[in-house]
Formats: sequence, C-alpha cells, structure tokens
Amino acid sequence: MSQENMPSDSIIKISTRTAVILLLFTLAFTTLMAATYKVTKQTIDANTEEDKLKLIGEVLPISAYDNKLLQDAIEIPAMPLLGLDTPSQIYRARRAGKPVAMVLEAVAPDGYSGRIGLLIAVRASGEIAAVRIVQHKETPGLGDYIDIHKDKNKSKPWITQFEGVGLEQVPRAEWKVKKDGGRFDQRAGATISARAVTNAIGRALQFVAENRERIYAAPAHSKLPVAQPAQPRP
Amino acid sequence: MIRSIIWNGLWKQNSGLIQLLGMCPVLAMTGNVVSAAGIGCATIVVMALSNFAVSLLRIFIPYEIRIPVYILIMASLVTVVDLSMNALVRDLYLVLGIFIPLIVTNCLVLARLEAFASKNPPLLSALDGAMMGLGLTLVLVALGAIREFVGTGMLFAGIEMMIPGAHEIKILPDSYPGFLIAILPPGAFFTLGFLVALRNWIDARSHRRALQKKIAASAGVSTPVTPSTN
Repeated sequence: MSQENMPSDSIIKISTRTAVILLLFTLAFTTLMAATYKVTKQTIDANTEEDKLKLIGEVLPISAYDNKLLQDAIEIPAMPLLGLDTPSQIYRARRAGKPVAMVLEAVAPDGYSGRIGLLIAVRASGEIAAVRIVQHKETPGLGDYIDIHKDKNKSKPWITQFEGVGLEQVPRAEWKVKKDGGRFDQRAGATISARAVTNAIGRALQFVAENRERIYAAPAHSKLPVAQPAQPRP
Repeated sequence: MIRSIIWNGLWKQNSGLIQLLGMCPVLAMTGNVVSAAGIGCATIVVMALSNFAVSLLRIFIPYEIRIPVYILIMASLVTVVDLSMNALVRDLYLVLGIFIPLIVTNCLVLARLEAFASKNPPLLSALDGAMMGLGLTLVLVALGAIREFVGTGMLFAGIEMMIPGAHEIKILPDSYPGFLIAILPPGAFFTLGFLVALRNWIDARSHRRALQKKIAASAGVSTPVTPSTN
C-alpha cells in the first residue's frame, strides 16, 4: 500500500485496493460471526434438545411406554422421503418389550418461509399418535397456526386433526389438504403452510409403512441398514 | 450536541412518526406490547453497535464501496444479535422469529449509518443509534399497547417470556369480545395514523403558543392574533 498516493495509480490498482479492503472487512466480520456461532452453539443445541424432550412428551405421553425412550434410538441416514438432508434419530417406545409407537423427525421443505420441522409419533398399529411443529418461520398470525401454541382455536387446534389417522383410514393418495383434493382441513389465507405440513406427514407415514418392521427390530443405537428410498408413485 | 441527538431521536426526527423509516417492524410486530418491546430492544442494540462500528472504521471505508461495507457490518451484527438471543432469551426469540434477521432490511439502520455515523465520532454515533432506536421503540410500544388493549382488552400478554413469573394484566372483563381489526395489519396503519396526527398536533400547538408569546412580548399589548395554521 506504499504507492497509494502516487498519481500513476491505474484503474486496476485502485480497484484491487478497493477489493482487498472489502475482502478484509468481509474476513473480519465473518470471523466475528463465526466466533459468536461457536460461543452460542452449545447453549442453542442444549436448548433445542431440551425443547425436543418436552415436545416428545407432547406427541407421546410418558405413561404410554415403559422403556428408556432416548436410549432406545436408532439412527437413519439422510432420508429424502422425510425431507431430511442429515442423518436423524428414530425413538422407539415399547411397553413390556412390545412396540407401542415410534417418534421420528421430518421436514416439510416447502413451507411459506422455508423449512418446517416436524416431530411425529406413529403408533405401532400405523396411526398418527400426534404431530408437533418443532421449528418454522411461517408468518406470525397467519401461517403459524400449524404450531399448536400459536393456534387461536384452542379447543380444536388444526394440527390435532391428524391424530388417530393412518394410511388405513385415509389412503396415501388423499393425504393432502382439501383444497388439493385431499381429506385434511386448511385455514383460509394460509394454505401453503398447511399443505406443506400435510404432505410431509403423508410422506412420513409412507416411510413408516415401508420400514416399520426393520425400525422396530434394529438393535438400539444401530444404524438402520438401508432405508430404501421409496419408489416414486404414480 | 448530545442534547440535540437525544431530542432528534426521541421527538424531532422520530423514526416512527416523522421519518417513517423502519415500517416493517412498526407494522408487523406491534400486535402486543411484549413483541413490540422485544423487536425494539433488538433494534436499539443493532443500531448502537452498527453506528459505533461504522464510525470507528469510517476512515478505512472507501467512499465507493461504503454501502456494501455498511450492509456487511449491519448483517454481521444482526447475526450476532440473532444468535445471542437464540441462546439467551429463547422463548422471546421464538416469538420474534423471522423479524430479527429482517432488522438488516430496516432502512432506518442504513439511513443513520449514512447520515450520521459516517461523519461523526464513535461515541456520539452510538448515542445517535441508540436514541433513534429508542425513539422507534417508544412508538412500537405505544402502538403495541393501543392495539393490544383495543384488540384483546389485555396488556403485556406473554410478558413471562421476558420476565419469568410476571403475568399479563387483564383490564377489561373476560366478556370483552375483542376488536379483531386492531390486531390485524390494518389496525397498525390506523393506529400509526392517529399517533402521527397526535404528534403533529402537539408540535403545532407548542409552535403556536411560542409564536403568540413572541408577538405579545414584542407588541407589548395583548392583541389577539391568529397565526396561520401550521
């Protein structure tokens, strides 16, 4: 930078200098962000984990099973059918050694404002026990009724309509919102959020139906061998 | 100087009522007092920090690329606030959701960087940012209080997310049916309109009083004068 005052500075030199300055600023502030990320990551992860435990309690009451749920987990690879692009865990609830339900994560990638994270409990008999939204950025006051805590209809929240319903009650092809010709309600003005969640639950049920035996049979902490990608259906 | 910065931020140049910058949080986050105060506090922190940082670094920022650098600084600081809030006040963070990253797009922040921080020393700039943010926060809280009260008959719903153990105040009986439009987006426009009118009226009145006093003093006689309306 010693020649910065020389009149012979060419355009190239000036623009290089500007670019270097911009690069330096970018590096400095990226470092700041990375440092904050590192410092806060543990707390944020712990918070998310704690929330998840609380949430599992919501989709599956503790009285329904007698095994150590968090220990009886298996790992599944990234499953496009569940919308997951990272490995995830399935928790298996048992009572007196017999399967009662499984709790799994799924993602609806097509929410109004990005991904919607779901936690789904599916009974061993194939029906949904309950579904909760773990993470979303849907519009407050409009699309966020998918989250039971934001739902203004407290007596019959939207997300509870899936409870007790499985592929036997509603065929796979009808796991859509009514607006798309399916069986499930959506609320006026925010169909996209409801559609994303309903479709994701349908896909998750399909995944469970195709893999149920293997999921319950796999030893704890093992990796589910090959969770076969589902055949695309006509 | 310090006094005029405070006065500008809180009243004379109030971002919510005069500059009408930063409308995104004003309209979207004022359905109740708690989220209004939450987004307001986050904005104060971001504005004070980014004004301070830009002012400190202003001699290193070439004029031609100042805007990208400002945005870079703002975006990083917002990310830092976003992550810290996620770690420290998670419940509130979950409520404010998408609106924290949106502070980056708040024109008010960029406007103060360009108009003030790029020409003034760091501490004064930080003060300017904080006062502009505080002015915005006061408008947000006033809007939130009016809309929440008219809409639901309560105040401070969800306060337990900020202060554990605190409770909302029910002012009107449970039989109050609520007034939905106050909570919906149009309610924000209506209420903001009333607040702007109120502020203008107060300003015009004090203006007229000062003028009348001046005239009375210079004439020595108390002839009634009707000055032109402002």
